[in-house]
Amino acid sequence: MQEFSFGQLSFLTGELVLALSVGELLLIGVFMKKRGVSIVRYASIAVLLIFAFSGFILNGTGSAFNGAFISDDFSQYVKALIGVTAAITLWFSRDWFKRENLDQYEYSILMIFAVLGMGIMVSSGNLLTMYVGLEMQALALYVMAAFNRDSLRASEAGLKYFVLGALSSGMLLYGMSLIYGFTGTLSFAQIASVLSGQESVNAGIVAGLVFMLAGLAFKISAAPFHMWTPDVYEGAPTPVTAFFAGAPKLAALALITRLITGPFAEIQHSWVQVLVVLAVMSMIIGAFGALTQTNIKRLMGYSSIANMGYALVALASVGAAAGGAAGVSGMLIFMSIYLVTVVGVFAVILQMRTRDGALESIADLAGLSKSNLPLSLTMTALMFSLAGIPIFIGIFGKWSALAPAFDAGLTWLVVIALLSSVVGAFYYLRIIKTIWFDDQAHTFVQAPRSLTFISSASALLLFPILFLPFIAAPARALIEAASASLF
Amino acid sequence: MFKGVPILTIITFIPLLAAVFLMIMSRLAPAEGKAQIAKNAPRVALVTTLAVLGLSLLLVLNFDTTTADFQFVENVAWLGGGINYRMGVDGISILFVLLTAFLTPLCIIASTKSVKSRMLEYMVAFLILETLMIGVFCALDMVLFYIFFEGVLLPMFIIIGVWGGKDKVYAAYKFFLYTLLGSVLMLAAMLWLYYYSGQVLGAGNATTDIAQLAKLDIPLGAQTWLWLAFFASFAVKMPMWPVHTWLPDAHVQAPTAGSVILAGILLKLGGYGFLRFSLPFFPDASQYFAPLVFWLSVIGIIYTSLVAYRQTDMKKLIAYSSVAHMGFVTMGIFALNVQGLQGALFQMISHGIISGALFFAVGIIYDRMHTREIAFYGGIVKYMPMYAAVFMLFTMANVGLPGTSGFVGEILTMVGAYQVNPWIAFGAAMGMILSAVYALNLYREVVFGEVKNEKLEGIKDMSIREIVIMAPLAILTILLGVYPSLITDITAVSVDALLADVNAKLAGS
Repeated sequence: MQEFSFGQLSFLTGELVLALSVGELLLIGVFMKKRGVSIVRYASIAVLLIFAFSGFILNGTGSAFNGAFISDDFSQYVKALIGVTAAITLWFSRDWFKRENLDQYEYSILMIFAVLGMGIMVSSGNLLTMYVGLEMQALALYVMAAFNRDSLRASEAGLKYFVLGALSSGMLLYGMSLIYGFTGTLSFAQIASVLSGQESVNAGIVAGLVFMLAGLAFKISAAPFHMWTPDVYEGAPTPVTAFFAGAPKLAALALITRLITGPFAEIQHSWVQVLVVLAVMSMIIGAFGALTQTNIKRLMGYSSIANMGYALVALASVGAAAGGAAGVSGMLIFMSIYLVTVVGVFAVILQMRTRDGALESIADLAGLSKSNLPLSLTMTALMFSLAGIPIFIGIFGKWSALAPAFDAGLTWLVVIALLSSVVGAFYYLRIIKTIWFDDQAHTFVQAPRSLTFISSASALLLFPILFLPFIAAPARALIEAASASLF
Repeated sequence: MFKGVPILTIITFIPLLAAVFLMIMSRLAPAEGKAQIAKNAPRVALVTTLAVLGLSLLLVLNFDTTTADFQFVENVAWLGGGINYRMGVDGISILFVLLTAFLTPLCIIASTKSVKSRMLEYMVAFLILETLMIGVFCALDMVLFYIFFEGVLLPMFIIIGVWGGKDKVYAAYKFFLYTLLGSVLMLAAMLWLYYYSGQVLGAGNATTDIAQLAKLDIPLGAQTWLWLAFFASFAVKMPMWPVHTWLPDAHVQAPTAGSVILAGILLKLGGYGFLRFSLPFFPDASQYFAPLVFWLSVIGIIYTSLVAYRQTDMKKLIAYSSVAHMGFVTMGIFALNVQGLQGALFQMISHGIISGALFFAVGIIYDRMHTREIAFYGGIVKYMPMYAAVFMLFTMANVGLPGTSGFVGEILTMVGAYQVNPWIAFGAAMGMILSAVYALNLYREVVFGEVKNEKLEGIKDMSIREIVIMAPLAILTILLGVYPSLITDITAVSVDALLADVNAKLAGS
C-alpha cells in the first residue's frame, strides 16, 4: 500500500483547479444573475486554460491514490488538447447563445464539469476512477445537449443521448464487473500482472473486455454504436455540437488507448479484431451515411463517425509488437489535426446566420463565394483538408494514422480506409461545389471577431508549408514522448 | 550562379505569393476599388508568371547536362519522421518546369479577354495552380510530391466548376473523383514504401526520400502490387485507355486556358510519375507489366483516334487526340530503352506545346462565335487567312509531320517499341495514319470549303494578343522539329542513368 501524502496531489493540479473553481463560479453565477454570465464565462475560459497547461508547467509524472490516478506525458498532452479546444469552443459560443437568448452561466459550469470528467478519464489507472470520470463528463454532456430546453429538437437530442448513453454505461459496467470477477482487482496495473502470466485467456475476461470496448465505442460514436450521433449533432445547439465533436471524442479515445496499452496489453489478440471491426464499419457507414445528408451538422456527425474509424485503425495497430508507440502517436497526430479542423468547421457553421436566425442547411451556403470570399476560402480549405486532399495537413493526419497499420499486417485495412475516403471526398466536395458553383442564396450577417478569428486561424494552420521545423518538430517530439510514456 | 540560393523554392512559390498578395489586396480594398483590383489582377499575374519564366530559363541555362545527379537540391527538416522538404531537378524534370513556366503566361494572356466574370479569383486560381505544378516536378520527397500532385486537383476543380461550360459541375466532379480514386491507391503504396523503408533501414530511419527509396530492393511479390497501385494513379492522370473518359468531359467544359493547362501539363504528370517512381522503384514489375502497357497503349492510340474522327465538338476531338498521343508516351516509357525513353520525354514536351496551341486555336474562334461545333464553321480561310495558316501548322504538328516537333517524339517512341515488339510499333504507326485522318478532316471542315454559315461573315482575323500567344508556340514547334537536340541533350544523361539503374536491378534479381 502506498501511503497518502499531500505531495501526490500535485499530479492532480489541473483537476483540483477545475473542481475548486467550479463551486466559486457557480456562486458567482447565482448571485450576480445576468451580470455574472460574462464573468463566469471568461473565468471559465481562464480555468480551462490553466487546466490545459498545468500538466506541462508542473511537469509532474507519477501516480496518486494507489495508482488510481496517473499523470504521465500522455495524459498531459491529451489534457492540453482537451482544455484548449474546450476553452475555444466556450469562447466562440457566446455570440450564438446571446442571439438565441440562451446566454446563461450554467453553460460554462457544465463545460467545466465535462472537462473535469474527461481529465479524470484520461488519467484513470483504475476501473472505478475510469467510470467516475466517464459518467461525470457524460452527465454534463447530456444536459448540454438539451440546453435549449424550449426547443423540441434539443430536448429530443438530450433525451436520446441520455437513454442510449445510459445503455452504453450499463454495458461498460457489466464488462467491468466481469473483469473484476475474473481477475479479482480493479487496478489497471494489477489486471495487467494477472493477465501477463496466463497461458490462455479466460472467456469471461474476453467477454468483459468486449463489453467495455462496446461501451466506449458508443462514446466515440464508432459504428455500429453510432446511431445517436447524427440526431444529437443536429438537435443540440450548434456551439454544443462543436464541443461534442472534439474534446469528448479525444478523451474516450485516450481512455481506450490506456486500456489497450495498460491492463489488456498482453491479450492483444482479443481486442485487435474488435477494433478492426469497429474501424471498418465506422469508415464505411460514416462515408456512405453522409452522402445524402442535407443538414450540415448531421453531415459533420457522419464525418466524425468516419474519422473515428481512421483513429481506430491507428489504435488497432497498437497491437503489433513493433508498431505500438507508432500507433499511439499516429492516433494523437491524427486527432490533433482533426480537432483543429473540426473546431474551424464549426466556427464557420456558427457564422451561417441571416437576420432571421441561424441556418443549418448545406443549401444555405450556396454562392457564398460571391458574398463572403474569406469565409468561403476558409470553408474550402477545411473541407479539402477533411477530404484528405493535399496541400492541406489533413492528409498528413491520415498518413500518420494509417502508416503504423502496415506493421500490424493490416494492409487491407489501409486500402479500405483510403477507398472510403474517396467516398467521403464526394460529400465534402458537395459543400465546396455549393459554395463556389451555385447561385447565391443568402447574405450572412457580420460575424463576431471571435468566430472569424478562430475559423481563419484553423484554416491557416492547415497549410503544411507552415509546418516548418519550428512547429512540426516540437509538436512531434511532444506526441512521441506522450506515446512512449505508455509503454 | 545559384549557390546557396533556394532557387527552386523561389520559382515554385513566387506565384503563390502573388496569389496571396492579390487576395489580401482585394480584402483590404474599399468596395469601389474592388473592380479596379480585378482589372489589374491579370497584369499582376502576367508579371509574376513572366518572372517565373525568366528564372526557369536561367535555371535551365545553369543546368549541368553532364551529370545525372539531382541539382539545385534543397533539404530542410519538415514534418519529422523522415519526411523532409526536399527539392531538386534532374534532366527528366527540369524541362517540365520550363514547360509549365512557359505555358502559364500564355494562359494568362489568353484569359484576359475570354474570362467574363470573377477575374481576380480566376487569376488567383491560376497562380496557385502554377505553384503546384512546378512543385510536382521539383519535389524529391514522396509526401511532398503527393501533396503537389494531388493539390493540383483543387484549383482545377474550381476552374472547371466556376468558369466552365454548360455541364461544368458534372465534369468537375468526374475529373476530381476519377483522379482521386486512382491517387489514393498510390497513397496506400506510398505508405507501404514508407513502412518498408523503416524495416530495411531500421526503425526510426524510415524515409520518404525518393532517391533513397530508389535504392531499396523491393521483393518481387510486393513490387507487383505497388506497381499496380502507382499505375492506377498515373494511368488515370495520363490518361490511358480505358480510364480516359474523364478527359473529354473535363476538356470540353473547362475554359480555354484550363484546357491548355490540362493538356499541356497535367497529362504529363502521369508520364513523369512513371519515370520518377514506377521504373526506378519497381524495375521487375515494370518489365513484367510492359506488355500490358503496350497493348493498352496501342488499343488506346487506335481506338481514341477512331473516336476522335467521329466527334462534332472541336475540343472533344482534340481531347481524344491527346489520349492517343499519350499512348505513344506510355509505349515509349515501357520499351525500356534509350530511344523509347527519350522519345517519351520529347513527346510529352512537344505535345504540351502542340495541344496547348490547338486549344488556344479553338479558343480563338470560340471567343468570336461562342460555339465549338465543327458543322457551324467552314470556309473561314476566306476571312481569317493568318489563323488558317497557324492552325495548319499545328494540325500538321499534331499529325506528326516531319519538320515539326510532333514527328520526333512519335518516331523515337516507335523505334523504341520496335526493338521490343514490332507489332506494337506497327499498331502505333496505324494510329499515326488515323491521326492524319481526323486532324486533316477537322481542318478541312473548319477552314476550307464554302462559307455555308452567314454568321461567319466578317469574322475578324487574329488580334495582336492572339498572335503574341501563338507566335512562341509556333516557333518552338518548328525549332524542336528541326533541332531536337535542344531537348535530348538535356535529358540524355539522366535517361542513360535511369536505364543503367533499371538494367542493373533487373540483372541483379
